[in-house]
Amino acid sequence: MHELSVCQGMLRQVGAIAADHEARAVTGITVRIGPLSGVEPELLAQAFPIASAGTVADGADLIIETLPVRVHCETCGEDSDAAINRLLCGSCGDYHTRLISGDELLLASVEMDTEREPARA
Amino acid sequence: MCDTCGCNITKGNQHLLTGDGKLSRVHEGTTAVSVLRGLLSENDHQAAHNREHFDRRGILAINLMSSPGSGKTALLEASIDALGDRYGIAVIEGDLETENDAERIRARGVRAVQIATGTACHLDAHMVHDAVHDLDLDGIDLVFIENVGNLVCPASFDLGQHRNVTLLSVTEGDDKPAKYPVMFRAADAVVLSKIDLLPVMDDFEPSRAERCLRDLASRAPVLRVAARKQADLGSWLTWLENEIASHRKRLEAGQTIRPAIQPDGMRLHSGG
Repeated sequence: MHELSVCQGMLRQVGAIAADHEARAVTGITVRIGPLSGVEPELLAQAFPIASAGTVADGADLIIETLPVRVHCETCGEDSDAAINRLLCGSCGDYHTRLISGDELLLASVEMDTEREPARA
Repeated sequence: MCDTCGCNITKGNQHLLTGDGKLSRVHEGTTAVSVLRGLLSENDHQAAHNREHFDRRGILAINLMSSPGSGKTALLEASIDALGDRYGIAVIEGDLETENDAERIRARGVRAVQIATGTACHLDAHMVHDAVHDLDLDGIDLVFIENVGNLVCPASFDLGQHRNVTLLSVTEGDDKPAKYPVMFRAADAVVLSKIDLLPVMDDFEPSRAERCLRDLASRAPVLRVAARKQADLGSWLTWLENEIASHRKRLEAGQTIRPAIQPDGMRLHSGG
């Protein structure tokens, strides 16, 4: 259960990006998570309102894109879908495979409110 | 569509809202930036700093991971007894509470720092950084980081080590690699511990454990040890000494190495 600390790490990055853009608020955050990253999307989604409370991303939408587990076989050269605990080549069954999708833990994009406050009279 | 709260964004339609999706346009006054950066980049930055610190001093750092009670501290004690007169060894211990493990290591005449994580279920690069500052590294060749006993969280955090070793004791199930794939995929070597108990653990089949590991596309060697009996340490000690020697060669060539942990994959895919 380390999703809260992962979420806090993400929010520090989001905070820095928002500051760079002089944003008033962050309205949306998109992350990409693979099943082999060790982070559970649902737990991250639950941690987000807690971790973001009082930050520039308070109230932002968290969009989590989950990615499929895919491997490339170094023996036969084929790419195939795989299960999280069975990363064998779907074509020839060999275990000399390399993961090409499924262990990502990425902050993909941030949407911010950058409209200036109206000038006071 | 409600553009303010995201109430109707579902798995079925979210692709329309992201990337080049046709609804990914933003309102005037809002800015969307694409970043593609690791969620743990702050931790990974600190980890790289820790690794540089070890490299500058010619030290090989090894992270030991396993469930609680699988024999990490016993493996350290046996390794110190076997190699302590030839290599300078120091240990960073991670537990929720107590100095017990650090005291066991210090009793062997080796420097040890205890990190008490409180309730945190893993070590992170910042905790290791602080511990390294409390540790005199003069004359040290090998630093072991004994992670919190946990087969889940420690696999996700780079600490600045060079190698990951995951222990699996024969008193656990031989299907642990299938049940905890993220952890076992992160192992550069798997130590099968307490093998002296195999005759009484008749439901643990080492070949089944290794097959579950190969199913994860892992090429990590499986090293059998009976650390408390100080027996069958040969393959483990050989692996360790080879790692120390290869790391010295790497450092002479101005290179370093990262363990088989998640960010390797992240780098591979971050462009796509």
